[in-house]
Amino acid sequence: MENFDAIVVGAGPAGCAAAYTMAKAGLNVLVLERGKYAGAKNTWGGALFGSAMNEVFPEFWKEAPVERSVSRHAISFLTKDACLSVDYKDSHSDGSSTPGFIILRAKFDQWMAGKVEKAGAIIAAGLEVDDFIREGKAIRGVKVGGEEFPANVVILADGVNSLLAVKAGLRGEFKAKDLKQGVKEVLRLPREVIEDRFNLRGTDGAVMEFVGHCTLGLPGGGFIYTNLDSLSVGVVVQLSALLEKRVKASELLEEFKAHPAVQSLIRGGELLEYSAHLIPVSGISMMPKLFADGIMITGDAAAMVLGTGLILEGANFAVAAGVAAGNAAIRAREKNDYSSAALQSYEQALKDTFVLKDLNTFREAPHFLENERIYNAYPQWACDLMSRIFCSNGKPRKNTFQVVRESMKGRFNIMQLFSDFMRARRAM
Amino acid sequence: MKVEDKLALNKFEVDREVHIRVDEQICDRCEPKDCLYVCPAECYVIRDGHVTFSYEGCLECGSCRFSCDRGAITWVNPRGGFGICYQYG
Repeated sequence: MENFDAIVVGAGPAGCAAAYTMAKAGLNVLVLERGKYAGAKNTWGGALFGSAMNEVFPEFWKEAPVERSVSRHAISFLTKDACLSVDYKDSHSDGSSTPGFIILRAKFDQWMAGKVEKAGAIIAAGLEVDDFIREGKAIRGVKVGGEEFPANVVILADGVNSLLAVKAGLRGEFKAKDLKQGVKEVLRLPREVIEDRFNLRGTDGAVMEFVGHCTLGLPGGGFIYTNLDSLSVGVVVQLSALLEKRVKASELLEEFKAHPAVQSLIRGGELLEYSAHLIPVSGISMMPKLFADGIMITGDAAAMVLGTGLILEGANFAVAAGVAAGNAAIRAREKNDYSSAALQSYEQALKDTFVLKDLNTFREAPHFLENERIYNAYPQWACDLMSRIFCSNGKPRKNTFQVVRESMKGRFNIMQLFSDFMRARRAM
Repeated sequence: MKVEDKLALNKFEVDREVHIRVDEQICDRCEPKDCLYVCPAECYVIRDGHVTFSYEGCLECGSCRFSCDRGAITWVNPRGGFGICYQYG
């Protein structure tokens, strides 16, 4: 078997970005994907924000299978019956910023893999890597079944369930408290119905996030993304909370779909697909060692996901990190040195970009987001306050600030409120 | 709609080989049986008093792997090309 300059495991956003970067620089690259095709194992919310993809594939949305561009972003507090929303709309008409794009992964990942192939890398799908070729402590390639594929460097981009990360000694197993489980349905609806219901023009799209009753107060949330002629509807819940409370995410999803504020948006949708995936959400604190002799790790496999409560980004980080890993491999080849010391430039590059900077800025966020009051007491209080303000029951009205004070009584004390506020300030 | 009816709409390349195995002896002694709750595809069911895993509908999410702290689950991916094949994702 020929010796590759680099082998990438996994043809998702991280793996494709790494492979594309290296192939463009003339490296001899093999990408091994365990799915029948790129994207076969991938599901997400989902929308792609940020500029990393655009830097690798300029104006990718003109060519790639994107569903809609994000022009509306709503965040809602849910109680059993009520819904209080902040609904932000931006038509991006001046073109000054890159909007987010709503994307279905099975199609999009195949498009990316196609670009990687055109750049000169080999994509071999349907192959599961089960071990490494080792030379002392260094990794010198991978094993698939009985076959050996030697390479100067291996880049792991095999997702949250990376068994290889553990085998390579880069990290131990992730813990349930550091993971969220997402379950999602894709529901077919006619285009015009989606555009009318969500108040969208043309291929504009909506991202709607929900906090509160949709997870029965457990850390997590619900979401609706408008695809071109379908909706992605799902819930994301902390795995350890599901275990502790003995709740099934599939049942939470059914309740979420039945909520009056949600039901009216999705009614009549025909189920096309049911999917589930884990998300590593604890950021820096769960991040593995990023490199060792002959190996680097990137994307979800390295927990490169940013969750701040308002932002949940993974693919943007995966692409930026994939590029950084690719560049590190290119430099290693120039020096013909693939040792841990040489691959350190990968981590340095991440420190210089938003990847590790953002994860560092928001390093307190994962812990802050475990506070159950965010999912329980606060949504209930906010909706109750609205109901009191709008209440017209024939009795004389009270001063609004008095209503606010009364609405807080018995829910939380001022010290709790203050401490949550201070924690939010640090975390967000 | 039941989870098994939802799964019937998904595309799977079903292998003859089982990729996840449970240790019946450990499961019999396990009280919480977290796997029954945590699997979004409800692949873990009690049959004849024992926990069994039906691998055909597995979405390969890994939730069970991070939830069983008794070491009863041997978790590997299906062979290359097999298992869930998302059409939308």
